[in-house]
Amino acid sequence: MTQVTMTVNGKSVSGKVEGRTLLAEFLREGLRLTGTHVGCDTSQCGACVVHVNGKAIKSCTALVADLDGADVRTIEGMANPDGSLSSLQQAFQDHHGLQCGFCTPGMVMSAAALLKENPKPTEHEVRGYLEGNICRCTGYHNIVKAIMAASGQDVSQIAAE
Amino acid sequence: MPKDHGIGASSKRREDIRFLTGRGAYTDDLAMQGQVHAVMVRANVAHGRIVSIDTSAAAAMPGVLAIFTGADFADVGGNPAGWLIHSRDGSPMREPKRPVLAHGKVRHVGDAYAAVVAETHEQARDAAEAVAAGTEIEELPAIVDMAGAVANADNRVHDEIPDNLCFDWGWIEANRDAVDAAMKAAPHVTTLELVNNRLVPNAMEPRASIGEFNPGTGDYKLTTTSQNPHLTKLLVCAFVLGIPEHKLTVVAPDVGGGFGSKIYHYGEEALVLAAAKKLGRPVRWTAERSESFLTDAHGRDHVTTIEVGATLDGEILAIRTNTLANVGAYLSNFSTATPTFLHGTLMAGPYKVPHVYVNLKAVFTNTAPVDAYRGAGRPEATYSLERAIDKMARELKLDPVAVRRKNLLTPDQFPYTTPVGLVYDVGNYQATLDKALDMADLAGFEARAAKSRAAGKLRGVGLSTWIEACGIAPSHLVGQLGSRVGLYDAATVRVSATGTIQVMTGAHSHGQGHETVFAQVVAEKLSIPEGAVEIVHGDTSKIPFGMGSYGSRSLAVCGSAMDRALDKIIAKGKKIAAHMLEAAEGDITFENGSFSVAGTDKAKSFGEIAFSAYVPHNYPLETLEPGLEETAFYDPNNFTYPAGAYLCEVEIDPDTGKVTICSFTCADDFGNVMNPMVVEGQVHGGVAQGIGQALVEHTAYDENGQLLTASYMDYTMPRADDVPFYQVDHSCATPCTHNPLGVKGCGEAGAIGSPPAVVNAVIDALHRAGMTHVTHIDMPLTPARVWGAMQA
Amino acid sequence: MYNFEFAKPATITDAVKALAAEDAQALGGGQTLLPTMKQRLASPATLVSLNAIPEMIGVCVNDKGEVCIGGATTHATVAQEARAHYPGLAALASQIGDPAVRNRGTIGGSLANNDPSACYPAAALGSGALIKTNSRDIAADAYFQGMFATALAPGEIITEVRFPVPQKSNYQKFVQPASRFALVGVFVAKYADGVRVAVTGASTDGVFRWAEAEAALSADFAKGAIDALSPPKGDMIADLHGSADYRAHLVKVMTGRAVAAAG
Repeated sequence: MTQVTMTVNGKSVSGKVEGRTLLAEFLREGLRLTGTHVGCDTSQCGACVVHVNGKAIKSCTALVADLDGADVRTIEGMANPDGSLSSLQQAFQDHHGLQCGFCTPGMVMSAAALLKENPKPTEHEVRGYLEGNICRCTGYHNIVKAIMAASGQDVSQIAAE
Repeated sequence: MPKDHGIGASSKRREDIRFLTGRGAYTDDLAMQGQVHAVMVRANVAHGRIVSIDTSAAAAMPGVLAIFTGADFADVGGNPAGWLIHSRDGSPMREPKRPVLAHGKVRHVGDAYAAVVAETHEQARDAAEAVAAGTEIEELPAIVDMAGAVANADNRVHDEIPDNLCFDWGWIEANRDAVDAAMKAAPHVTTLELVNNRLVPNAMEPRASIGEFNPGTGDYKLTTTSQNPHLTKLLVCAFVLGIPEHKLTVVAPDVGGGFGSKIYHYGEEALVLAAAKKLGRPVRWTAERSESFLTDAHGRDHVTTIEVGATLDGEILAIRTNTLANVGAYLSNFSTATPTFLHGTLMAGPYKVPHVYVNLKAVFTNTAPVDAYRGAGRPEATYSLERAIDKMARELKLDPVAVRRKNLLTPDQFPYTTPVGLVYDVGNYQATLDKALDMADLAGFEARAAKSRAAGKLRGVGLSTWIEACGIAPSHLVGQLGSRVGLYDAATVRVSATGTIQVMTGAHSHGQGHETVFAQVVAEKLSIPEGAVEIVHGDTSKIPFGMGSYGSRSLAVCGSAMDRALDKIIAKGKKIAAHMLEAAEGDITFENGSFSVAGTDKAKSFGEIAFSAYVPHNYPLETLEPGLEETAFYDPNNFTYPAGAYLCEVEIDPDTGKVTICSFTCADDFGNVMNPMVVEGQVHGGVAQGIGQALVEHTAYDENGQLLTASYMDYTMPRADDVPFYQVDHSCATPCTHNPLGVKGCGEAGAIGSPPAVVNAVIDALHRAGMTHVTHIDMPLTPARVWGAMQA
Repeated sequence: MYNFEFAKPATITDAVKALAAEDAQALGGGQTLLPTMKQRLASPATLVSLNAIPEMIGVCVNDKGEVCIGGATTHATVAQEARAHYPGLAALASQIGDPAVRNRGTIGGSLANNDPSACYPAAALGSGALIKTNSRDIAADAYFQGMFATALAPGEIITEVRFPVPQKSNYQKFVQPASRFALVGVFVAKYADGVRVAVTGASTDGVFRWAEAEAALSADFAKGAIDALSPPKGDMIADLHGSADYRAHLVKVMTGRAVAAAG
């Protein structure tokens, strides 16, 4: 067992974990932060994306023991301090960027990382950045639109509301 | 101004708040006090006889609580097929038992023959490996190829079923001779052999189930990833485990997509219930994605020869198809209905065709069961037809748009009885075709093609004019055709004393947005705020017995039930109002949320009536019960018939064969639309799945029955950069004539109409570049396949 | 996955010591190793994380003008920090996996694994890079020894990779659409003393140099210079994503595109 301490959504947490404990398991089972989802076992679907030290990573493919001291942010930590939706989350609702909601936490976390790196991405850049996030419901149209809208771009000319 | 409220408004989805903040509650998100973990032990060969299973080593491992094998379930029932098909000779289909755990034989890779329950998931997994190590399976030759399965009568998926044939179905058998004659007499016959590729549904949430048992009351509870909790309950109780139906509650909480794959009852659901009873503790199981690939019911997998007889100017005279349909190793619940009554009945398409005959043989193989996947049968019919018509137009040197226009039914021809047993109630197929051509700027295609050529690319355009039958389904009709269930739905409207409303629906929302859209319908009808309405779904202890969500049926069937229940609420409200206003019931009208006496200013608000129903101080108690809660069941008297025209433009990189979708245009007729934003989202998702089928999604078994595409490393899911922004329109609406909301259903349209448009576009691009030898490429049109076809 | 002991040394010396334990395995970013372990296809007794060794992280330029990349440097860091010094290499790093994978995966991990469809082997071989380990220097030409096989001895750690910077370079990746590894990837680098062409994804022998193309392009660094060549011979991978002939064809197409893009 390895002792780890990390900050999750601004709160310090610590505990003993087995070497094999994945960050996704620790978040979901240890901390009951079940917004982070696990949709595959080959590190491709992206439902488990969280931020570690400000960067998007796949929490199903990272060991907690390897992240001692890390600053972790999950979907549960993305709303405004008063609990209202952040502008990115609000854009997903406004533009119908989610249906079943299962991939959504990973999409939001990836989108937030993109906008941090690239505040005004083109459609092409948004689509490319989502290479590691799979959605089966939306056909991506409204996800891409929501992310562009969240970046302050006018999306009214994009076909269909 | 677009509406901002009620029917027709693009109301934002209320369910999004919990999903966007990580507060959804999907099955695997739930933790139960004292829970333990189940892991299935699965066959790693496609076909084998179980010689022995020694569980002793596994049983002694740390944390192991129980081990189950097929023998433990030998005396309980099997998971049944929901539809009895009769072969052309009148004999009933062959129905092998589908047990909870395989017993005697394993029949596909992933077939579970044992299960381990342990304190932790990893302990269960360790012990499952030990069970596998203690098991001897005599491997038998795998039956993978359908034609080979039928030809080789000695090698059998099920020992009791010779030639591996489930049924040999003719539709309509009485049409057969006339079709043969018409085909013989036709001046031109186009023949096309094609494969409708097998797909893995891949809802992003893997299947998961939690079983609970209360020894004090004898009550069971199953929390599971289901599109239809009541149906699962019925199957588990009446067919599999024999639990009295009132002693099992099935809860389908937030469900992360279904697309058909979560309609069906699966063995793991029965396993966790049996294990929970044995151990007295909650037992949970969650599929890993690799298990989903091996065991979720797959979709499609048809091999078809279609013939279209036509005049030289493109008038269709007759259509004949011969299909082999793979049902896999066992019959999943709707696996026999999907390739028959959801496929053969659509083979006339939106066209006026005098003669149609469909022959379909369903074949057992050592592969995962195949069942309904988004569109279910209708994409297969549409693909065959729209590819063949395109080929026919090309052979006759006719414009594919003109050929379709020539054969489309016209608005004055409805209601129209097809030669394959359906009655289309209403439509305007010319309108959607015109709309699509206009939106896609077909007139500007040549200029765009020239640009592509200058960049070294080949550009093509493809069309598909499609129709489907959904709003499933009229019980009297499907009953005659072999369905073993009714296909009505139900809703309960509960008005509280303060005038707020809960609606309990048989329909289940797993992405469709019912919680928002159904509330819009209620708000419109009662002139109350949407926020005063809550939609409750997914819990059989709360909702009336409805059949769930699939077949684009939720609004058309359950929404109609809800509308009927609201009618009952209003009717009762009128009685209460008549009493309170001292007027005759017949003089009370309900408008704008108010009950009033016609021709006077005397009125009671909806809230006042609701309050009076629960505080009945001034109330006709001698003739009317207090309370304001009504249930309605609705059984449709016909299918609904959405239709549309889809246009796809592609570019091919001739050096690599890679196909890029440049634009995709949809003009749909869904009848009345309750929430345009949600409807458009449904079309987007369906089209992406259709593009996925057409270009990238490939399910391949090798000759030993091993699934080669068993993870996202080899099975390609459409990504954001594989698709464009879609252009969608639903303004050409002809409301459904036989349900109260005039709705037709939109969930499957995109997946039905899009694959042939994509493939037609690729063939068009190759022909325009002079490669007229390429008349067909089977899906998925991967770069390697397209490049290969270009070299031939 | 099976459980294991976990170690996270802070120096190369301690890492080497930890890896001397029986069935010990080095952990880079884990983007391939962890999925493999989840499938229970690998079961190290000890996993030694190389992610906390400061001397193995970072990108710099040495006095010979070579770009030096610490073995535990992530793809995202290379994409960012090598851009000014070796744009072709940075562009290759920016095409590996997806953004989240690039934030964890490391160059040392990728080269040690030597997946036949990985991108980095093409850059290392195509640049004639020097692979420095805790005990020696290995030239790229000697390092790659076939699919998943390298010159590394058990317990040996890639501490740094040194890339001579070419005059021109480009990487063209035709993705395997599911995994997003390379179905075929070609790295072309033009040095003063000749052109190197390294191909990944295509061969059952793993990454290889296409000698005929190198000769033709060394004589004339133009897309047309390879027109007359037959696609490379050798055992091409054939699978459901493409036949051997298709892969061989793509090698030529991607080589031509890389030359054109390199300018």
